[in-house]
Amino acid sequence: MTDHRPSDPRTTALHARHEALGASFTDFGGWLMPVRYTSDLAEHHAVRTVAGLFDISHMAEFGVDGSGAGAFLDYALAGAISSMRVGKAKYSLVLDDSGGIVDDVIVYRIAERRFLVIANAGNRDAVGRAFAARVEGFDAELDDHTDDMSLIAVQGPIARAVVETTPGIVDVTPSFADLGYYAWSSGSFDDAPLFVARTGYTGEDGFELLIPNAAAPALWDALLAAGEPLGLVPAGFAARDTLRLEAGMPLYGHELSRDIVPAQAGLGRVVAVDKDDFVGKSALAAVVTPDAPVLVGLVSEGRRAGRAGYAVFDAADGAAPVGEITSGALSPTLGHPIAMAFVSPSLTEPGTELFIDVRGTRIPATVTALPFYRRNS
Amino acid sequence: MTDLTALKYTAEHEWVALDGDTATVGITSYAADKLGDVVFVELPAVGSTVTAATVVGEIESTKSVGELYAPLTGEVIEVNDAVVDDPSLVNADPFGAGWLVKLTVDPAAVAELLDRDAYISLTGSAE
Repeated sequence: MTDHRPSDPRTTALHARHEALGASFTDFGGWLMPVRYTSDLAEHHAVRTVAGLFDISHMAEFGVDGSGAGAFLDYALAGAISSMRVGKAKYSLVLDDSGGIVDDVIVYRIAERRFLVIANAGNRDAVGRAFAARVEGFDAELDDHTDDMSLIAVQGPIARAVVETTPGIVDVTPSFADLGYYAWSSGSFDDAPLFVARTGYTGEDGFELLIPNAAAPALWDALLAAGEPLGLVPAGFAARDTLRLEAGMPLYGHELSRDIVPAQAGLGRVVAVDKDDFVGKSALAAVVTPDAPVLVGLVSEGRRAGRAGYAVFDAADGAAPVGEITSGALSPTLGHPIAMAFVSPSLTEPGTELFIDVRGTRIPATVTALPFYRRNS
Repeated sequence: MTDLTALKYTAEHEWVALDGDTATVGITSYAADKLGDVVFVELPAVGSTVTAATVVGEIESTKSVGELYAPLTGEVIEVNDAVVDDPSLVNADPFGAGWLVKLTVDPAAVAELLDRDAYISLTGSAE
């Protein structure tokens, strides 16, 4: 796993911008990324009420080209990819032979014979290796564009107004207004090719803009200059984590791993079980594990949040844990603690009363359907 | 404005201001910045006795959980209820309105703590 993870974390093409904005940094998947610029809570609330600007250039981009590109992705991923329409995006999973989750990805169909796959930074090598091994026998070529491309996300209720008013962004087709959720447009910024997707990881409306590294700082500046008068603020990974948690979105290494099969994480719908063959299919069919823990949401009162790794019990004096929290925080939007946890399948009914062991104190928590937060659309 | 050079510090990022045998204790701005926005503070009970270098409270941010260590052995004579009600004071004014507890201590023990220069060289940060 060290192919792209040198001892010193890598920096994005926007690093100098983050430093100038006073960001604190954290190592994320081998990359030094902004954790916050001013305040986690202020950045979180800005995304919910106005808009936030994120550098997500650490994400990995793979191009897949060729007459067999769709067939290859049908085999390499859990979803039905070859039937996607050009212009659309789809959330999918890379599974291993045991049905475990190697990564979660978003696939964009660029053309009949061309796809873009965006993977998590920390899984770049794992996905690259899996794709390289699986492409054999297919008429498809793989390219890793990660080192050349930057990815900037604008997320929040006014995200569209921000991108529409940013000077230099031109020829966006379909237009921002006509672009549907989980669809993409092509355009340009200055003279650089721009790829715009109406996708995101915060639960808000928003856009993700992919651009060559050389043009990224100017695009960042232009978005900020156009958006700041509207209320746009740069937002870091601390806000990103609480936003995605409220939106019930899984994070690799927390809710997703090779030890988890899709159905456990509530992602059974992502798996196209009717496909001819794909990596992990036979395992998913064979492995019937009625006792396997299932991902649920937990809400509680007060201000003390259960955190990743905390044990869950079915009674205040329960001796054996019935589950474990994978992510948890005091929800900035909702004002009470929220958590995602894997629990015994008999305890997943919304309304079920459980207890979280918060550093020696059992705190009552109620099972709830995900997501915790849903925007008014 | 607190005179930071008059304070003593611990390697666990508490600061101590001594007045007679009363020590006012808080966490440094370095620690507050590392934690992020503080959203919950749990402090020891007034009247309880705390032992130096043991955990006596918790400081939770949205992102993580920090522990409050007793910098000195002593009796808790006051806790900052304003911070319990509004934990953001820890970020806004860590050396002032964001103080956490007051202890009755042996003033001689304070000499064992770090001075400001030693704390700065420990954290590599100005605060």
